[in-house]
Amino acid sequence: MNDWLLPLTLASSLLAGLVIFFLPERSVGWRSALNLGAALLKLACVGAMLWGTQQGISYELRLPFLPGHELLLRADPLGLMFVTLSAVLWLLTTVYAIGYLEDSPNRSRFFGFFSLCVTATVGIALSGNLLTFFLFYELLTLATYPLVVHRGTPQVLQAGARYLAYTLGGGVVLLAAIVWLQALVGPVEFQAGGALLALEATAAIESWVLVAIFALFIAGLGVKAALAPMHGWLPHAMVAPAPVSALLHAVAVVKAGAFGIVRMVYEVFGIEFAHSLGVLLPLAVVASITIIFGSLRALTQDDLKRRLAYSTVSQVSYIALGVALFGPAGTIGGLVHLVHQGIMKITLFFCAGNYAQTLGVHRISQMAGIGRRMPWTTAAFSIGALGMIGVPPVAGFVSKWYLGLGAIESGLGWVLPVLLFSSLLNAAYFLPILRLAWFEPPPPRWPHDVLDAHPSHEPHETAQQPQPRPRDAAPLLLLPTLCAAALALLAGLAAGVPLSPLDWVKFITATEYLP
Amino acid sequence: MTEALLLPLLVLWPLAVGLGVYALPERASAALQVLGTLVLAGLIGAVFAAASAAETASPEPLRAALGGWAAPLGIELVADRLAQAMLLLTLLVYAAVLLYAQAYFAPGSETARRFWPLAWMLWAGLNAGYLSADLFNLYVALELVGLAAVGLTALTGQSTALAAALRYLLAALLASNLFLLAVVLLYAATGSLALDSIGSHLAAVGTPTWYAKLALALALVALALKTALAPLHFWLPAAHGNAVTPVSALLSALVLKVSLLILLRLWLQFAPALDLAALGLLLALLGLLASVWGSVLALTQRKIKMLIAYSSVAQVGYLFLPFAWLLPGGLGAALALEATVLHLLAHALAKAAMFLAAGVLVLSAGRDDLSSLRGAVAREPLAFAALTLAGVSLIGLPPSLGFAAKWQMMQAALLADQWPWLLWLLGGTLLTAAYVFRVLRLAFLPTSEAFEARAPLPQRLSLCALALALLAALGGFGAAALSDWLAADTLLWPGSGA
Repeated sequence: MNDWLLPLTLASSLLAGLVIFFLPERSVGWRSALNLGAALLKLACVGAMLWGTQQGISYELRLPFLPGHELLLRADPLGLMFVTLSAVLWLLTTVYAIGYLEDSPNRSRFFGFFSLCVTATVGIALSGNLLTFFLFYELLTLATYPLVVHRGTPQVLQAGARYLAYTLGGGVVLLAAIVWLQALVGPVEFQAGGALLALEATAAIESWVLVAIFALFIAGLGVKAALAPMHGWLPHAMVAPAPVSALLHAVAVVKAGAFGIVRMVYEVFGIEFAHSLGVLLPLAVVASITIIFGSLRALTQDDLKRRLAYSTVSQVSYIALGVALFGPAGTIGGLVHLVHQGIMKITLFFCAGNYAQTLGVHRISQMAGIGRRMPWTTAAFSIGALGMIGVPPVAGFVSKWYLGLGAIESGLGWVLPVLLFSSLLNAAYFLPILRLAWFEPPPPRWPHDVLDAHPSHEPHETAQQPQPRPRDAAPLLLLPTLCAAALALLAGLAAGVPLSPLDWVKFITATEYLP
Repeated sequence: MTEALLLPLLVLWPLAVGLGVYALPERASAALQVLGTLVLAGLIGAVFAAASAAETASPEPLRAALGGWAAPLGIELVADRLAQAMLLLTLLVYAAVLLYAQAYFAPGSETARRFWPLAWMLWAGLNAGYLSADLFNLYVALELVGLAAVGLTALTGQSTALAAALRYLLAALLASNLFLLAVVLLYAATGSLALDSIGSHLAAVGTPTWYAKLALALALVALALKTALAPLHFWLPAAHGNAVTPVSALLSALVLKVSLLILLRLWLQFAPALDLAALGLLLALLGLLASVWGSVLALTQRKIKMLIAYSSVAQVGYLFLPFAWLLPGGLGAALALEATVLHLLAHALAKAAMFLAAGVLVLSAGRDDLSSLRGAVAREPLAFAALTLAGVSLIGLPPSLGFAAKWQMMQAALLADQWPWLLWLLGGTLLTAAYVFRVLRLAFLPTSEAFEARAPLPQRLSLCALALALLAALGGFGAAALSDWLAADTLLWPGSGA
């Protein structure tokens, strides 16, 4: 059984995706059942591996691949953290996507690639060496492109082309880094504390070479992680349907890049070794610039999803910043934000989708009084937004707290003002939305109200009882939104409880710093 | 002594089937071809078995001297692992293409009646090219391949195809004559035609270096012309792009490869005797030129089959990259050879799949310009899936065979301390992606109802393309085994020392 958990975790979504491709467009029931079944199965697998890891069972799978290089899947603590995040959020997004894409064309294609996308993310999480990581990293690029261009309008295809140009370019740079490093030291398997230190060949390499390789890694991964100036694709990619944006920003693409940076710094180079190479400071500077830059750009966006996209640019760089802060507190802050940002951002994108789907509201200027019409969605949005600002007890506060501690611990005092200023900016671009939504009077008509578009206009329906007007989004949209918001709150409130994200991150951190 | 029978049969049997197909009525000929393919599969299986049995006895590969004439003058066939790999590749591609063609051509079509015998003649020529171990036979094989290929190009009799075929014929004849001239020069100097001893003979006779180099240069130009290495690619796009689809697949997957294989064999023979560093660099630079030029032109094509044809010009370029350090005793030379062979296999599978899939789309749409294929993409999802998977291998994304080839080529370049070539390989990835996605984005354009209303084509067409595409896209998982198997070949790298 234990040997089967790893492949099953991957296969659950992979096989579901392949079958879904061949389902006729009309078989909604089968498709939904497959989607949900696969998501639940994956969650069960991940749960079993979490439990098993605590019992001291290790999960590892090696397959022959290229000459001298194996395909290695392994469930280590860091990977388990990311895979848990993806499995949980995938389930929510699946439910959401089923509700969101009702009656839209090409659903089989959409859900097929949707499943492939999750397979790739899970693969990235469970990769045990550089080559395997690269395999899934590129698969993710390929699997998300069809999701981004799903609607097929010229604008969307242009955004898709930009997305491909950036991500494939990043992939090439990453491949260069991998090939260069492995040419020097041989195959690299991820290892807590850093793989390079354990390899004898490392000592013979000049430090500028290692610095250059590190820079290539960050540049290659930074494209997906949207580090400035490589973030250009992200704000355009928000033309994708809302569930895709949610997935892209919270677990899949952007997070894959951030997770990759975590892997490279901690488990390829090793935090101590990276520190001694002096590469952490430049990373901290780039991350800080991105944090401020993203927030500043977010301020001026009126399109809600675009503002959220720039917010992601800023927020994901907290992870890179935490990684760059040498010291356990910084590590904890960065890693825990990987989880927290995912939960909070998915909440926000679900809400944006709810607004668009229910009322046709896409822009912030249209959101006046929306809290009265859609209180549940707006409450969820508020939790997400407050979390992003860093208001306790939402999860974002925990991240920022540890990041602040980490800044002091690492001796990079200038990071504190960056964090404070960024939180101010977060407040400046989120609080006006909340004020608008809750305290302004609603307009007489919404741009595209589902109630107006309801079939009750048709003659044969008028005779029936007028249906009670639902106040909020459809249940399939609202349920995942509320769950995600609850998770965001819970992750902050119960941060001290065993198996909370914070607890797990502390456990990982301990393995990265001990000799 | 089964091999004395086995190896010649690999050449004679396709010829016999070709004759039979020509003589028999349509239905019987279809049955004969199925039988013919199965028999050939059996023969190739027997060669693999005999070769591995022979290798356990001695490191020598399987060989057969025809009519009792041994080297240096005889007609000798040798099935080393490289030849075995090519035999298998050819079998796979042919199986898919023949099945495809049976559904592709309308029953009783005149084009089909001309296609079958020529295709089988081509198969005989290809097998002869893989197996021949002496220069004269290689010439004959090349001639057979060239004539069959030209005939296949002209199949439809349409003016564009005829013009392309004529140009192809001139190129092929020029190449053959140059090659023959090289053979004559070598024979005049050494009195031997045996491929595996040219180098030692040249040294023994004391041939002047310029003389040997002249002969080699003539042969290289001839083979580069046949392989369509830029700037000698001028005949390729029109010939491959305007031929009927099954022919395009055969030409790009196999015909380009047999001349490259011979070029590689000659190179390995000459390299120990002559200083070929500058020449190797030149070939690699021409390859670079080819890959850039082919990609740029692929980006500007309006017709899908022309796009794929120009992609061949580009991909052929990568096959010449390793010549930059493919020198005896050179570090990374053995690895480079493996990488070249992997790339050759990957490109053959992917390109055949692409042409077959594109053919389905063109047939379905009734037109061949990219923008009018949208509806066809929606109607033929399996063909499009084949196109996608083949594209993944062409771009060189994992876990495809194309990626494995690129990876090995990078390792080889690094081992040989030739890292600047890496920039080409990495940049080429993006160029390839750019033109492949010109096709793939079609799937996401909105389609009109009128497009969707047409009846779908037989599934067999798409499935043939998909089978080859899957081999290419998942082939990376077998790359380790394949590389090890090839690396153990003793004949492949004589004197390279690695």
